[in-house]
Amino acid sequence: MSGPDEVLDCRGQRCPLPVINLARRLPELPVGAVVRVLADDPAAAVDIPAWCRMRGQEFVGAHPEGPGYDVRRRH
Amino acid sequence: MSANPVYLDAATAAPLHPVARQALLAALDDGWADPAKLYGQARRARQLLDAAREAAAQTLGVRADELSFTPSGTAAAHAAVLGGLSGRRRAGAALVHSAIEHSAVLHAAERHVAGGGDAVCVPVDRLGRVDLDAWAAAVAAPGVALAALIGASHEVATVQPVPAAAELCAEAGVPLYVDAAQLAGRAPLPAGWSVLSASAHKWGGPPGVGVLVVRKGTRWESPFPADERESGRTPGVVNLPAVVAAAASLRAAAADAAAEAARLAPLVDRIRARVAAEVPDVEVVGDPVDRLPHLVTFSCLYVDGEALLHALDRRGFAVSSGSSCTSSTLRPSHVLEAMGVLSHGNVRVSLHRETTEADVDRFLAELPGIVAGLRAEAGVTGL
Repeated sequence: MSGPDEVLDCRGQRCPLPVINLARRLPELPVGAVVRVLADDPAAAVDIPAWCRMRGQEFVGAHPEGPGYDVRRRH
Repeated sequence: MSANPVYLDAATAAPLHPVARQALLAALDDGWADPAKLYGQARRARQLLDAAREAAAQTLGVRADELSFTPSGTAAAHAAVLGGLSGRRRAGAALVHSAIEHSAVLHAAERHVAGGGDAVCVPVDRLGRVDLDAWAAAVAAPGVALAALIGASHEVATVQPVPAAAELCAEAGVPLYVDAAQLAGRAPLPAGWSVLSASAHKWGGPPGVGVLVVRKGTRWESPFPADERESGRTPGVVNLPAVVAAAASLRAAAADAAAEAARLAPLVDRIRARVAAEVPDVEVVGDPVDRLPHLVTFSCLYVDGEALLHALDRRGFAVSSGSSCTSSTLRPSHVLEAMGVLSHGNVRVSLHRETTEADVDRFLAELPGIVAGLRAEAGVTGL
């Protein structure tokens, strides 16, 4: 599996900021692109998958380093 | 400009029921002596305590000698978990609990694990309902001493399938502890449990009174140093005036519970429907049908929970939140986390006997503008 197309460093930011930054950046990437959101606020582990569900985007998975959360633009 | 205060946090503490106030004031005069002593003042106190126990037991449908008053709902939950585990230690060292138990239960579980015991956490679905297949497997595993299932979620209102979970426990020979803090005085108690706890300030009683019920035949052993009070289940002299007020208000609340549920449930339905329709990008969480009549939770996308609470407070609305920024640990609510629903911008609204339709309508009229204002301030409108 290849790495993400882009890394969004949101470490040190408290929720909802990582989700807001993801929502701002993802539409600027091509459909199919994967962005990895680095976020150390524990709420990101809940809120990034929830945002993907609400917005119809694909939550690819979580990585322990960062921690990081991979999201693929679906539309 | 300050608005009329509207208190919408009954799930934390309901306003004192007028019956509780009356009973508390009356009992201050007669209930100061130690009920265990052998003189007139003590006998009067003993009579009050016995009557309070009898009334509370009757209201909850249990025997008086099964019911003990504790210094709080939290103390009752701790005693339920640790005492249930202690009494069954020959059967095993595992506690099975749902992922959405009250933090008092989870903290007791942590203590048990720190002491060498095991805890098995059973997941819930998106609506906050415990996974019964996983529950069945967990309680049937060898070495389970106790299972704990909250009767209804204090955070998202979802009523748990306690009778089905209890049946699975019975088949496995495992006693079930039910945290009934949001049910007692509001809804009929489910069947099938062996240990139960509740908290008086949730039903309009005073703070500082909990209830612990241990059914006859349940193997339960006090986790505390020995003390003969309250059938040896909880140490220390009880706050008798508060206990008397708790029992009187429990009876009053339970007598009105069906009518109150019929009045509040449509107001919660209105909140669920109008918040979803009138606040963009909001997730109303919890089971829309199998739920408590008085409680509703929703999360607003891109909104900071703490900022939302402060903005609502400035408009006179007292509500609660499961968002991480509102907790001392800066962790999101474990209940929202277990359900996999949005945790930021979270608001819990819980109604009570003094809540009016006008209160709810004013909240619903002001909320969309408050959320829109916060989003505009954060520059996230239309994101």
